[in-house]
Amino acid sequence: MSITKSPAPSAAPLPAAPPARGRRSARRAGPPAALLLLLAVLAASLAIGARRYSLGEVWHGLLDPDAPAYTVVRRTRLPRTLLGLLAGTALGLAGGVMQALTRNPLADPGLLGINAGAAAAVVTAITFLGIGSVSGYVWFAFAGAGAVAVLVWAVGGGRAATPERLALAGAAVNAALFAYVYAVELLDTASLDRMRFWTVGSLATARLPTIAGIAPFVAAGVLLTAALARPLNALALGDDAARGLGARPAWTRAGALVAVTLLCGAATAACGPIVFVGLMVPHLVRALTGPDLRRLLPYCAVLAPVTLLAADVLGRVLGRPAEIQVGIVTAVAGGPVFLAVVRRA
Amino acid sequence: MNTVVLRSRGGLSVRLRPRALAVGAACVLVAAVVAVVTIGSGDYPMSPADVVRTLLGGGAPADTFIVEQVRLPRVLTALAAGGALGFSGAAFQTLARNPLGSPDLLGFTQGAAGGALIVITVIGGGVVATAVGAVTGGVITGAVIQLLAWRDGLHGRRLVLVGIGVAAILTGINGYLLTRANIPDAARAVLWLTGTLDGRGWGDLAPVLTATAVVVPAVLLGRAREARILEMGDDAATALGVRVRGTRLALLASAVLLSALAAAATGPVAFVALTAPQLARRLTREPGPNLLPSLCMGAALLVTADLAAQRLVPGHQVPVGVVTGVLGGTYLIRLLATERRTGRL
Repeated sequence: MSITKSPAPSAAPLPAAPPARGRRSARRAGPPAALLLLLAVLAASLAIGARRYSLGEVWHGLLDPDAPAYTVVRRTRLPRTLLGLLAGTALGLAGGVMQALTRNPLADPGLLGINAGAAAAVVTAITFLGIGSVSGYVWFAFAGAGAVAVLVWAVGGGRAATPERLALAGAAVNAALFAYVYAVELLDTASLDRMRFWTVGSLATARLPTIAGIAPFVAAGVLLTAALARPLNALALGDDAARGLGARPAWTRAGALVAVTLLCGAATAACGPIVFVGLMVPHLVRALTGPDLRRLLPYCAVLAPVTLLAADVLGRVLGRPAEIQVGIVTAVAGGPVFLAVVRRA
Repeated sequence: MNTVVLRSRGGLSVRLRPRALAVGAACVLVAAVVAVVTIGSGDYPMSPADVVRTLLGGGAPADTFIVEQVRLPRVLTALAAGGALGFSGAAFQTLARNPLGSPDLLGFTQGAAGGALIVITVIGGGVVATAVGAVTGGVITGAVIQLLAWRDGLHGRRLVLVGIGVAAILTGINGYLLTRANIPDAARAVLWLTGTLDGRGWGDLAPVLTATAVVVPAVLLGRAREARILEMGDDAATALGVRVRGTRLALLASAVLLSALAAAATGPVAFVALTAPQLARRLTREPGPNLLPSLCMGAALLVTADLAAQRLVPGHQVPVGVVTGVLGGTYLIRLLATERRTGRL
């Protein structure tokens, strides 16, 4: 494991001495800056919406049941913000792990169909089995996400996968699953009315029981991901080198698959399939940190919710007096990032 | 490979491949038989003999009315749209050099759907306006994808990735349009998005039939041979005298136009464009785009799927897109598995 104790691989071979100091100070400033950004977005998510509150009003609204803002801030926006925090963390980490696992810059839980797998399973549970609560259908989401993860991985070529193979396999699975979801929605108009909002990905329906239902699973996924950062780093050197460093490639892959399933399944069960957050954030973060997952993943865990909540706030502002669902905002905003990555490659 | 070449004194030559011709003829025969059965089935059943007699102009007045006003246009729309989808799928797969490169996955269908959705939900137009919207959306999307993917020519790999990215963005936009609509419009839009042949008349048939009749012979006579050689790779094709850029552009333009018109007539019926060329290729055992056999196969597939959609659930008309979605999805998984084993994907 000695290699993982050395500095980030990208920094190691660079002989440039002068910028090293600047980089070190940037390293020190990075975590507080990211946390500040998160705080700012959390506050914005509580304050901005169909009715706008000052920060003071938000503060009172959070603590004082008699404050005029209490109903909106505490009952509606607080759960919504917490859900954005959880789901953003889950999607960002899942994207980071998937990009490391597949050694593929285009891996994203939405693009590779994993969120669609969870969505199809949830739609099945709601429509045919009559399961209405998140704690009930989150298990279906795990089953769907896990099955699709294995399928896309196998179909995309396993370890021999190229970016476009994997992306095509994911797109194909996406198309098939969404055809199924639409077909189910067509069967009955009432479920169409409920599910057309969920199908695009939305934080708007968040309630505290939903959040309590998925929080343990997200927590488990985060812990598992933290444990996997080192072995995944070793795996980036190839299986033989990783084995030489004491990592167990098969176990690491299986663990990463479980982590991705937990994170994507929980996020999708709560807010529907959301695309591109898991793609964008690790890409932007990698430009800051280099490929070392021990530094990359914590940043993803903080900056992905920043992205998701910012997209959510943007949707509330742009769509006023109604709102644009967050999944739509991330698709439209993240697509160009994806295209830029493709064109540079 | 068995090939018969007919030469005229003037230096014109036509290559005939008996197996491909036989496959095409078999598909046409199947399509014709299924068409007669479809015309004869329904709330007002007719025997196949009656159907044929009516089609030839010698039927009873009631039979003539039902056939000419109701059932014949629907069956012909299925045939024409299926043929257009099969042809455009074959062209796309040649361009992408990948069996999964179909308009369903590369964003063209989503573009057509977006155009139609804008008409249905924002402008509130009827059937004709929806068709115009679909064609406009499909053609604009085709142009955008082609612009983004163009760098020193059109390369299959970048076309695939850019197409997937654009498809993801458009899926988000389409979802937004769906959530904005009121429920009757949303139900109509989802029905259209699934693809259906219910209530198709002569007016729906005319555009796609005309375009197919004009575009297909033009491409076949002008570029079919060069398209075949294109599969050897750009360098080899250039060395053999193929106008690579021109051929790619001609294939792309014709494929975009035909898939958009097919979508305008029936909605984006899933997976016909993906499946038809693959089945045709397996049956003819020919490399190359197999443009004409794919067209016949597409027509046979869609008309058969429509018969199944009408008969499958007694008392219910399932949209044809649900049938092709389920069958095509199953076939897709099989295709992915076998193609991966042979390393062609």
